[in-house]
Amino acid sequence: MRIKCPICGDRDRREFYYLGASDYLNRPAEGDLDAIHKYLHIRENPAGVTKDLWHHEAGCSSWLLLERNVTTHEILSVELASEVAK
Amino acid sequence: MGYNAFQILKQGLTGNKGWRPVWRDPEPKSEYDVIIIGGGGHGLATAYYLAKNHGIKNIAVLERGYIGGGNVGRNTTIVRANYFLPGNSEFYSHSLKLWESMEQELNFNTMHSGRGLINLFHSDGQRDAFARRGNMMRNQGDDAILLDREGVRRHLPYLDFENHRFPVYGGLYHPRGGTARHDAVAWGYARGADQLGVDIIQQCEVTDIDVKDGAVQGVQTSRGTIRAKRVGIVVAGRSSQVAAMAGLEVPIESHILQAFVSEGLKPTVDHVVSFGMGHFYLSQSDKGGLVFGGDLDFYASYAQRGNLPMMEHVMEAGMSLVPALGKAKVLRSWGGIMDMTPDGSFIIDRTEVDGLYMDCGWCYGGFKAVPASGWCMAHLMAEDKPHEVAERHTFDRFRTGHDLMDEEGTGSQHNLH
Repeated sequence: MRIKCPICGDRDRREFYYLGASDYLNRPAEGDLDAIHKYLHIRENPAGVTKDLWHHEAGCSSWLLLERNVTTHEILSVELASEVAK
Repeated sequence: MGYNAFQILKQGLTGNKGWRPVWRDPEPKSEYDVIIIGGGGHGLATAYYLAKNHGIKNIAVLERGYIGGGNVGRNTTIVRANYFLPGNSEFYSHSLKLWESMEQELNFNTMHSGRGLINLFHSDGQRDAFARRGNMMRNQGDDAILLDREGVRRHLPYLDFENHRFPVYGGLYHPRGGTARHDAVAWGYARGADQLGVDIIQQCEVTDIDVKDGAVQGVQTSRGTIRAKRVGIVVAGRSSQVAAMAGLEVPIESHILQAFVSEGLKPTVDHVVSFGMGHFYLSQSDKGGLVFGGDLDFYASYAQRGNLPMMEHVMEAGMSLVPALGKAKVLRSWGGIMDMTPDGSFIIDRTEVDGLYMDCGWCYGGFKAVPASGWCMAHLMAEDKPHEVAERHTFDRFRTGHDLMDEEGTGSQHNLH
């Protein structure tokens, strides 16, 4: 699997660290325990197209939001997480 | 048909034409007392113990594919009870006892082999951790022996003892650990359940779960509507999809774990050996193939096949531990979908829907749990209260933070196990 980093271009999967589902982009307010539980633990975990966060650890160190198909390993889009979070 | 020496002799002399399918292929009835979704090892064992221990006979096991076609036929067949934390320790201890009596219980040769399992350690700190783990195992009533370097050499002379990066300091030896023939476990429980009247319905995909006023009513399937007041979801890697049919969200992320087998070799590896520093483990099947594997691919996937970087990593780790492996050819590799929980431990619990139960979150360790998982899930579904060896394994532990069972001590968050 190769990931097309918006900054570095097409790179080997081994340069990237996988964090998890894009739920991590929406951090709930402090004190809302149900929302924090959901944020940390509950996952939609679809068997199809999903969005998840990857860190280009051995490259430019950007956080990336990937849209990919988890049954085929096809990568549909790659965006900088900083752009998405704006 | 019973299996015994007389039958083998008789069938051998008559061209083996008398063997018959060992479970029926029934049409689904319109209603059952209990439906188990998922005909893997855990689902079949649940149905078997519901009938055997709790006297419930009107049970259906619904399997989308075929018996033995999922993770129960895709694992690396290791059976062990070397867990550390309260909750896991008593559960896997119970499971190992059930493994040791399984062949008599089912009158089926599951080829269970208590050949011994050795976890290697490579530093003083690791030795302390394994000594402590061994004490916990002994406190639980299981067996553990701390081996020094020479002790390991006597058991495993083929390791590279000159490895400077990860010198072998010793190993924790768990003599009752071992392997079993995984398909035979599925077939044995299927046959046993069938003999107790359980309907095993293959090629029957559940497409929806009917819930009314907060209670389960039955399921919609590719072979029609089936009603039941009690339904168990036992579907491993597909837990999220099946739970969603009842409007439930679960703390599971599905990942791929790969496994590999070499060409058949003469008996070489007598034990199950794990090399934690390299994320590698090894055993030899009765056919002679070396069976080995490593860590997850470490990203969410349902592909049932792995990626090349992890394959390369496993080969490198194997070569650094047992250089002779380089002489063997890899015959096959495959992947299974692991239902990963945040703390790396499983869930056997009620759900928010009355009459709907789940057995899931087995991470990469479901095979060794098959008998006890079935035993405890059957208890939960029959009595509507958890069995004592699985009572900590709730959904709620993630919400409250109490009784989290993080064996690796890495944190209770997805992607850390």
